[in-house]
Amino acid sequence: MIAPQFQPVGDSGVMIRFGDEITDEIHAGVLAMDQAITAAELPGVRELVPSFTGLLVVYDPLETEYQTLIRGISGLSAKSGTSREAREWVLPICYESDLAPDLQAVCDQTGLSSDAVINAHTSASYKLFMYGFAPGYGYLGGTPESIQLPRKTAPVRDIPKGAVMIAGPQCIVTTMVMPTGWWVIGRTDFEVFQPFADNPFPVAVGDTIRFQRLSVDDFMKGQKS
Amino acid sequence: MSLEVKFAGPLCSLQDSGRIGFLRYGVTESGPMDRQAFRILAEMLETEEEFNAIEVSLAGMVIQAEQTLTLGFCGSEFALSIDGEALPPWGVFTLPAGKILTIRAGESGSWGYLSCLGGFATDAWLDSTSSHLPSGLCGGYLQAGDVLVPGATSLREDLNCALPIPDFSRFTGSARIVPGPQDHLFPDGAKQALFQGGFTVTREFDRMGMRLSGASLAPEDALSMPSEAIIRGSLQVPGHGDPIVLLADHQTTGGYPKIATMITCDQDTTAQARAGDVVRFTAVSAEEGTQATRERAQQVANWIAEIPSHRGSLADKLNRVNLISGIVGPDGTPHH
Repeated sequence: MIAPQFQPVGDSGVMIRFGDEITDEIHAGVLAMDQAITAAELPGVRELVPSFTGLLVVYDPLETEYQTLIRGISGLSAKSGTSREAREWVLPICYESDLAPDLQAVCDQTGLSSDAVINAHTSASYKLFMYGFAPGYGYLGGTPESIQLPRKTAPVRDIPKGAVMIAGPQCIVTTMVMPTGWWVIGRTDFEVFQPFADNPFPVAVGDTIRFQRLSVDDFMKGQKS
Repeated sequence: MSLEVKFAGPLCSLQDSGRIGFLRYGVTESGPMDRQAFRILAEMLETEEEFNAIEVSLAGMVIQAEQTLTLGFCGSEFALSIDGEALPPWGVFTLPAGKILTIRAGESGSWGYLSCLGGFATDAWLDSTSSHLPSGLCGGYLQAGDVLVPGATSLREDLNCALPIPDFSRFTGSARIVPGPQDHLFPDGAKQALFQGGFTVTREFDRMGMRLSGASLAPEDALSMPSEAIIRGSLQVPGHGDPIVLLADHQTTGGYPKIATMITCDQDTTAQARAGDVVRFTAVSAEEGTQATRERAQQVANWIAEIPSHRGSLADKLNRVNLISGIVGPDGTPHH
């Protein structure tokens, strides 16, 4: 595992950084540390927030302090083998009609046919690197290079919940109606955010997602049932 | 039994102490903008567990109770009145059935807290009754016509009191910050400017954050940073160069660099500033920040311990003093 760097964030946070780039190795360090601190139940820890390159530990300054926490965490980082088994999720996706408003634009810009774009998208495995921005809004990495595009120059309003969209190496499933500058290439009825379920966030950071293509008829049947 | 909102200015909402533990899923903690005022209100009403309160913005609120109720209010210095008769800005009082309670902006401050015995009965989401305003889950901003149900029925006139406004609750014009975590992405000029002049609070101020204006702090290398987790109190600097202090409903992650982070206790007082107020920053270490936050918590606890001495009528208070000095017997008759 990469040796982490510690940094104070105000009087109530520690940022533990494993690098500056988005790579699987750096993210594996973040996840291992996340699991080690979760298991250790260090006193005063309020929140653990994994992201692409770092883990933020939010603590209660009335219960613990920076140096105490760093000592506790350093003791843990030497250990290993607390790894949680990552799950793989298969999400049904429809790439057709008005469920895929930007598919043609992606074809035009990449020079690929729509089947080639769809095959590229379904052939990849996407890792959930982090949640952020809004509840259950997960940043997936793994979009194949052949269909990577920069964001649109201006956001488009009223993108519905369940939109599957891509930008650069990332992919996101929307959890609510929102404006976005990402390319919407399909729709899933799998709810990555289930606000009133026992576990509102079924997909854990570190889990992988694959997309399974459905025809518009099958997709609509699924919607009704 | 209920309380009806007759008028609510923008940004009034129901808040408990916050939704803890879900930041990793993109759920901001929410909770009161001024946590120390909220904590004091819970003590004023002798209700600690699962307590919540209406957070009243600078724009004010008007309320009517269906039934006579004990209410408490504190937080900076608002102007309160019942049917036109002024109340002390901090205290516990009786709102008679049918009478109108008006809360308006007063001498200073941006956020006040109003609650009743036991707080308000409402559905929780993820173990908290704080309105999650970014999503609208668990309630949105309060508006005219909303009806709130007190969690406990009883009237407790023995809790009634008028409290002095403690100095530690006021915005002082200064705030302590710990440099980083991305101060290395800023030019030396910006890092010096942060501590040289003051920064003016702008009108872009809501529960998510407070935009300041002053010297431009534009980062050198803004867009090369992968998105990472954000903490309350961060001074985030987008491309426009104005720092934004992130507050109760801040976004959970972001890719803009943070030049510094405000310490916990100064977040509460700074949130009470108003547009046009000037804030000056001083640098502290994480350890000094923690120490300052602990000292403030002790100050608040000491002040809370004095609340009972302010309760009751003037006769009650004199009686208490006499009891302590031993002049009056337990049955209230003087002993000579």
